[in-house]
Parts: sequence; structure tokens; C-alpha cells
Amino acid sequence: MALSKAEQNETARGWQHDVYDVLRAHDVTQFSYVPDAGHAVLIDLSIADAHVHSIALTTEEEGVALAAGANLGDARAVLMMQSSGVGNCINFLSLMKGGKFPLLTLVSMRGEYGEGNPWQVPMGQAVRPVLEAMGVICMDVCAPDEAVPTVEAAATMAYKANNAVAVILTQKLLGAKAF
Amino acid sequence: MADSKPTSPAPIFEMDRRKAVPALIGNHEDFLIVSGLAGTSKDMASLTGDAANLFTMAGAMGAATAMGLGLALAQPDRRVLAITGDGELLMNVGTLATISVLNPSNLSIVCVDNGHYGETGYQKSHTSRGVDLEQIAIGAGIKMTCTIEDEEDLAAGSRLLHETNGTSFVLLRVSPEAPPAVKRLLEPAAARTRFRNALLGQP
Repeated sequence: MALSKAEQNETARGWQHDVYDVLRAHDVTQFSYVPDAGHAVLIDLSIADAHVHSIALTTEEEGVALAAGANLGDARAVLMMQSSGVGNCINFLSLMKGGKFPLLTLVSMRGEYGEGNPWQVPMGQAVRPVLEAMGVICMDVCAPDEAVPTVEAAATMAYKANNAVAVILTQKLLGAKAF
Repeated sequence: MADSKPTSPAPIFEMDRRKAVPALIGNHEDFLIVSGLAGTSKDMASLTGDAANLFTMAGAMGAATAMGLGLALAQPDRRVLAITGDGELLMNVGTLATISVLNPSNLSIVCVDNGHYGETGYQKSHTSRGVDLEQIAIGAGIKMTCTIEDEEDLAAGSRLLHETNGTSFVLLRVSPEAPPAVKRLLEPAAARTRFRNALLGQP
């Protein structure tokens, strides 16, 4: 059944609010990001929340190092980025793997299901292989009802078991951008 | 354009880092410290005896300042020192912009600028070719900055670092000679555990 644009927005707003609540329940206090439409709701929630730091990055790998520093000081960070940003992070993931630092990242996908922009495809297709090559556990979210349990599982594996974990918000979930 | 601003005087890379870094930092126990690869990690391991308030790096080039930011936000009641070299800072110089927007009151950044990539054989870096990292820090919006080229300015720089009202940035120009040769803990997971145990009493 095709949803109207308004219904799609309503659906999207719902799960993103729930994901934010999951992150706060895990005591995440550092929300870092390069601005991105796929993460807009989470970013705005972090800006509006006086109890957290909302950290706009100039490039995504800063968020990897930030998460390591947060862990040294006993705080929890989440890195929100687009699939293209994954490519910027690769060498800094050495720090997480070698140091057994927890990393939770939410990756909004481009360049896969239904992508019409050829520039997005190479990095989009490489997201999972390059993350896995650097020891990052990847979990896909393909439908709104998968978002909360997947982020919950990923947060537990990151913060309690000191893993680097990526939750991949697929274009089946987010929809392909119309350009 | 015919007229432009007068050029600043040529930078002076003359101080001995083995004396200048300890004089600038003062009592290292005032700080939680993250140091980047690799000269500054050797400086700090030498200065502190590779102490548990120090996390040194030997990879992830460009990560030290952002890591210092995460630590500073996590520990607002402790002063955090992120110490890096010119080559390392140039690799992720945008982090100065990220930091200045947040302006954490407890973060001090030191760039030990020898104008060269020491680890790879002392090739000239951009700061030997006209790039001024203090001016970049100012342009990024960091309010409290200084450049130190002379021993007589070290005490003022040290006061700036130990101040607690906003992020500070000190560019310390030194000669391109080797940092101290010291053994330090190079296994990052062990370094992480050591740091957290000392700070938090838990791994």
C-alpha cells in the first residue's frame, strides 16, 4: 500500500523519536554528525535537549575520535553520518579496533536500493565491506519497526561489550532521494 | 590587488622542544592528556613518565584534538590537554572549527610546530611554507590563542593553558630536532584501560 508523503513523514518521525529515546536510555550524551537529511530528526532532538552535547562535525572521522575521547572520560557518544561519510572514517577506525573503544554509528544510506544518482553508488556499495574490513559490526534496518530493536541491540553491543557497531539505515527504510 | 596587509615576520623555529614543552605544560597532573602521533606523544611520555593521565597515539593521524574534545565534554570538571604536532593538526584542521563552536571551557590545545614531518624523515610541512596555524585557530573562532617562539613567552603561554574560561590554543614553535626517545605503552587497548582505571577506578 502506497503511503502519502505526509504519512511517510509521520512514520519517519515516529521511529526516529523512538530511536532517540533508546539512545538517551543508554545514557548517550554526545551526539555528533555532519548534517544530513536522513538524520534530521535525531539531530534536531539532540540540539533541543539541554542534557546532551550536539556536536556538528566538519568531517565524519572527527566523530570517531570524539567517541574514543568520550569513552576515556566515561561518556557515551553516537556518530550519525551518511554512507559517503563512512569512507572518511576508515583510518580512524584503527583507534576503535586497536583500543577496543565502543563506537555506535547510525549510517543513513545512499547509493543502494533505488539510487538514481551515480555519484552515490560507489561509496554506498562499499559501506558494509569497508566497515567490516575495519572490524565494525553492521546491522541493517529495512523497515520502521526494526529501528528500535536494532539500535537497542547495537547500543548494548557497543557500550557494554566494547564493540564498534554500525546501524545501517537502508534506502528501503528511508526511501531513495528523488535526484 | 596592489596593496595587501603587511606580511607577518618570518616564523622562528629555534626553541628546544625538550625544554620548551615541559616549561609550557608545567604540572602535567593538572590535565587529562591526549597526545597525537608521534613527536608530541614522545614529549608527553617523557614529561610524565608515561603516566596514567596520558593517552598517547602512534596512529590514527589527525585524531588527537577531536579525541580531546570528547574527553573534555565527558569530564567538565577536569582540565583536558590535547597536544599535537603541525603535521597531525593539518590533517584534520577542521576540528578547530568543530571545537570552537562548542568552546568547552576546560580544553587546552597545544600544537608543537617544528615545521616538519619528523616521523617520516623531516620533510617540510606547510607551516615552513607560510601556513600559520594560530591564524587558522583564530579564524576558526578560538578566542584565546598565542604563538610562542621565545623562551621568555613560555610562562604566559602556560598561564593561558591553565586558565579555565574557554578553549585555548597555543602554537609552540620549536626546532626540527628529535623529541625525547622514551619507551611508552604502544598497545592501545591497554592504554585505554590504564587511563580509565586511573580516572574512573574501572576499566
